[in-house]
Formats: sequence, C-alpha cells, structure tokens
Amino acid sequence: MAETRTSPARVLVTKIGLDGHDRGSRIVAAYLRDAGMDVIYTPPWQTIDAVVAQALQEDVDVVGLSSLATDHLIVPDLIAALRKAGLEHVGVVVGGIVPEDEHGMLTGAGVAGIFGPGARRNDIIDAVAALAAKARTARLETLGI
Amino acid sequence: MTAPTTARQLTLPDFDARQDRWQRDYTAQIGEDRRVTNRSGLEIRPLYTPVDWSGERYLNDLGFPGTPPFTRGIYPTMHRGRTWSQRQLVGLGTPEDYNERVRNLLAAGTSAISLIPCNSVFRGEDCDDIPLPLLGTCGTVINSADDMAVSLEGVPVGDISTAMNDPSPFTLLAFLLAVAKRRGVPWQRITGTSNQSDYISHFAANHMFFRLALPGARRIIVDHIAFCREHVPNWNPLSVVGQHMQQAGATPAEAMGLTLSSAIQYAEDCVARGMDVDDVLPRFTFFFDISISFFEEVAKFRAGRRIWARIARDRLGARDPRSWRFKFHAQTSGIDLTAQQPLNNIARVATQAIAGIFGGLQSMHTDAYDEAISCPTEEAARVAVATQNILREEAHLCDVIDPLGGSYYVETLTDQMEAEIEAVIAGIDAAGGMYKAVETGKVQAMLGRSALAAQERIESGAEKVVGVNCYTDDNETVVSPPPYRPDPEAMRAHVERCKAYKAGRNQGEVAKAIDALARAANDETENVFASVVEAAESGVTHGEIVGCLRQEFGFGDPLIVE
Repeated sequence: MAETRTSPARVLVTKIGLDGHDRGSRIVAAYLRDAGMDVIYTPPWQTIDAVVAQALQEDVDVVGLSSLATDHLIVPDLIAALRKAGLEHVGVVVGGIVPEDEHGMLTGAGVAGIFGPGARRNDIIDAVAALAAKARTARLETLGI
Repeated sequence: MTAPTTARQLTLPDFDARQDRWQRDYTAQIGEDRRVTNRSGLEIRPLYTPVDWSGERYLNDLGFPGTPPFTRGIYPTMHRGRTWSQRQLVGLGTPEDYNERVRNLLAAGTSAISLIPCNSVFRGEDCDDIPLPLLGTCGTVINSADDMAVSLEGVPVGDISTAMNDPSPFTLLAFLLAVAKRRGVPWQRITGTSNQSDYISHFAANHMFFRLALPGARRIIVDHIAFCREHVPNWNPLSVVGQHMQQAGATPAEAMGLTLSSAIQYAEDCVARGMDVDDVLPRFTFFFDISISFFEEVAKFRAGRRIWARIARDRLGARDPRSWRFKFHAQTSGIDLTAQQPLNNIARVATQAIAGIFGGLQSMHTDAYDEAISCPTEEAARVAVATQNILREEAHLCDVIDPLGGSYYVETLTDQMEAEIEAVIAGIDAAGGMYKAVETGKVQAMLGRSALAAQERIESGAEKVVGVNCYTDDNETVVSPPPYRPDPEAMRAHVERCKAYKAGRNQGEVAKAIDALARAANDETENVFASVVEAAESGVTHGEIVGCLRQEFGFGDPLIVE
C-alpha cells in the first residue's frame, strides 16, 4: 500500500444541479492538474448518483464542486449519498459563490472547505492536497490497515 | 486600416522636433516605462497623435452616422434622437414573483422588459422534476402558457418590447404568442427579441442552455427565423451572442470575431434554406458584454459595426442598407464584478455602461451590485436602473454622437481591434466556419486558453482588481447582503399547481400536439417551431416539448476540450 500513499492525489472536479457555467471549474481543474494531481473532470449537470458512481470508480480522494448559481444548496444531499456508498473518507470542497449566510449549512453537512471569489491558486492546491492526504489516511483506517 | 501618415504629409513642419522633445521629457520623468497591453493583447502606447490617425480616410473608415460603414453609429440621430432601451434582465421565483418585480421596474421607468427563466427551464425540465431548493433562485419558473399569462398580468403585451431569454426550441415565445392570442393581441404587434436563440454560443461558451444536439438545434433556429418572418414580423428571432463568449473567457476581440463568424453561419444557413438575405438580416441583432476595459470596449463596438457592414454587403451580398446595420444590446460584464466589497460594483457598472453608451449600443442592461452573490435584490435592481437614468439624464453623454470619434487613440485602437477581429474571423473561416469550429472544439479551446490567461493575470497582479488583489483591507468589515432566495412555501405551492395543471388538461389534445411535434421533427418540409407554438396553445408544457424534441433530435452533450 506504500505505492498508493505516494501516488498523486486523485480529485474529481464536477458540477451538480442545473447550472453549466464552467469557467471556474475548468480553471481550478487546470490548477490542480498543473500541481501534479490526477484530475477527473466532468461536464456540468451531473446527478448526485453519477458523482457517487464516478467517485467510486475513479477511487478519488477529494470531490471538488463548483457552484455559481445556488447548486450548493443540494451539496448536503451529495455528502449523504457519498456516506451511504461507503465513501465517508472522501473530502468534499466547494468553490464559487456561496453566500456567507449559507456557509454554516455546508460545513455542518461535512464540507471541508469553501473557496469563494479571490481564493488564491496556492491556497486551493494546498487545501486540496492536505484533504487528499487526510482522506487516504482515513480510508486506510477504515480498512483496518 | 489607415496607411501610416508622416508629419510631412500632415503639413505640421515643427511636429517631429516637438515630438522628440516630448519623448525626451517623458523618458526622463518616467524612467523605465511599464508595458501596457489591453485584454485583446494589443500594446497600448502612452500617447497617440495625428501620425497615428490623421482623419485623411475619414469618409472611408468613419463616414457619417446612419451611413456605411456605420463606425459612428447605425442611425443618423443616435442617442441624441432616441436613447437606448433600458432593458433590465429580470427573472426570479414564481410567475407571481416575476410579475410583481416587472411591474415595479415599469413604474421605475424601465422601457422594455426581459424574462429570464429558471435554470430548470434552461435545462429543459418542468419544475416537478427538480429538487425544490434549486427552483426559482436564478430565474422564473415558467412551464406553460398559463404560467406566462400570470407572469405578464397587467403588462401591455403588444405595446412593450419583450426580450425572452429563450433558447431553442423557443417555448417562451410560443407561450407569449399563446397569451397574446388569448388577449386578442395580433402577433404583428408583438415586438422584442429571442435573446438566447444563438445555439452556437450556448454550445461553445454557455453550458447553461444547450439541450439539443447540434444538427437539431441548427434546423430549429432556421425554422424559428422562417416562422417569425411570416407570422411575427416585428420580432427579432435571432440575437447573436458575444456576451457568452466573453463571459466564458474570450478576449473582447475574440468575442467580437466569434460573434461575427456565428452571424455569417446563421445568414448562410438561412440562404441555404432559400431565404433572401435581405429578408433576414434586418432582424438579426447582437448581444455583447461590456467589460471595464473602457477604451477597448468602445473600439470593439466601433470596429464591429464597420466589419459587419462590410460582411453583410460584400460577403453576404445584402443590398438593403438595413441589413448592414449592426444593432446590439449590451450587458455590463458580470465577470468584472466582485463578491468582495459588493457596493464597489456600482462604480464598475457605471464605468462599463459609459463604455457601452460611447460604443453606440441600442439597448442596455446594467448589472445590480449584488449580482456576484445572487439574483438581484429589489434595492440593488433599483440602483442599476437609476445608474442608467443618471447617465442618460444628468451626465450629458447623449448630446454628441460618437463623442470619442476622432480621438487619435480611439481611432487607432479601433483600427487595431478591427485587424484582431478580422484575424479571428479568418481563423474560423479556415476551420470551415463557425458550426464546424464549434463541432470540433476549436472555439472551446480558444475560450479555455483565454480564460486561464485572464485568471493568471489577476493572480500575478498584472491585472488589478480592487478588493481582490489590491485594496483588500476592507474585505473583513464589509458584510455581504443576504442573497435572494424565493419563498419555499410559495414555490412548493407552485409545483403543486404545475402537477394539478398537468393532470387537469385535455390529455387527448396534449398527446395529439406532441405527436404532431415529433412528426414535424422528422419531416424536413415541416416547420418545427410552428408545431412548438401549436403545442403551447394546446397546453403542452415546456418539459414535454423539449422532451419530445430531445427524443427526436438527440441530447447535446458538452464537448470537453483540454
């Protein structure tokens, strides 16, 4: 399993819900890829079930969701679905427009980071890398290794 | 492009010596000069003089307002005669919420209305298929002619121009026509624009919208143009959208070039269907972004007008001068707004709006200061309207036509932007035209590259954004306004009404209309949009119409380009 620990972080960059503005998700995907991570990028409008299936198949450490038009309101449903599928170790971050009033709703549901406008490239990369490392440790613990 | 002029030709004998002296003083004071480029990548010098633009080619390159090449404006009087239409985008909540907001805007002086539907509508779904929290947060939930009737209660349809943000297959216009018929308003009196009919821009740049695979979307837009020409003659069935391109990352020059290439594609598709180019071009309209890169935007619009006049006349063979006119609506750019210190956006929007006015627009939307956070709140929407009122009434911007015309800088920049834009068009021509360029991902790749480059300029500080990469001290103390969210109970009741409406219809009529729609889709001699209108009149919902056409034409999946 040592090999797994040193392989690049695996990140699913996606959008759920109705909005398709993908300028932000494409830029962040490029940032993470250029930082050496394995990025799985999907088109917008994924269903929650599709994201869970991708997360399983691609064995991702982190799911990064871009929300610019209120799609963050159903992120708690996604986290519940990930848990139900046995993916509680997967870290979830949200980027885009999340009004301050609604941060608590997301962090309370288990979102590990919210990146709003003005978030710096390196801050995003560092946070995702740390979260990926944490996710791997958590998964090994779950497996009892 | 103007040929280089020399001071000798200008009969300014002392020019060279004085210029040298200024250059020495300038260099002595500034030391090492910084390199300045605009968003389109053009280098901007500190000073422009008659050597850059002398006015010798005035009649060729500029001419007079209302005459080709329309550089100074498409009408003889421009804003001195009639100011632009104040067309604020509005869309939120239930049809009742929309109706209340639009009546308030009419009372506040807005002169034309628009309708933004909910993202669920853009995605082709009825509200009973969508998670409740997502409904009505970014547009109005309108799924049937009955919903449209509620939305437009008390709004004088037939007397006021209406812009529908209504992508293919144009069900919102179909609902509007159904409402007009119920009220006894003849369709000839219906004016406005199908504001999101440019499926090419949706496919390449704005993934909010596209719902049908490219070939089906191509068929329906031509059917839509043909139908409107015959039955709704004062409606603009096509708005070619540069705004999507620029919001998705295109530079101003790229956005203008791609938009003109799309317009060429649409005109050629109409001609291929047997239409006369002079029958369709006068109803083509354009829709652009106005970024805060002030002079670049002014030059973009002036150059675009000039190029379109040439394309329409020389390339497309239009003989009617109305076909050469480049009519456009513009919206202040949302990408330039910041969620940090949101009141600062009022200043940005005003600056962008002035660029649009000096650029000679026909219709304008000014963003509300909270649009980087949510759908505009009532107060922010009022400030956006007031901004236009102030610029129009107080600032004396409308006294003189094309007031920046003749500026050495603006004319030089207009020429340079023209060359950049034409290079983009030539690249698209080489790729086989806009349809092919989008089908193969060439356009998407261009947008992605430019978006990343723009973000990197902000990250590096080369492009300054107040509150984002400079002057960030106030960010902690400024509290963001609470976002607009529709009342969940009202939305739940609306969804229940939608379900009851579907259950209570004459199901035989509905099935018949859907069947006719499917048959039209498979018969090239039929007009699909005519069947959409009949379906709307028969009580068929938006989701049902789109569902049927998706089955017949296929679903357009986004193309992913690295």
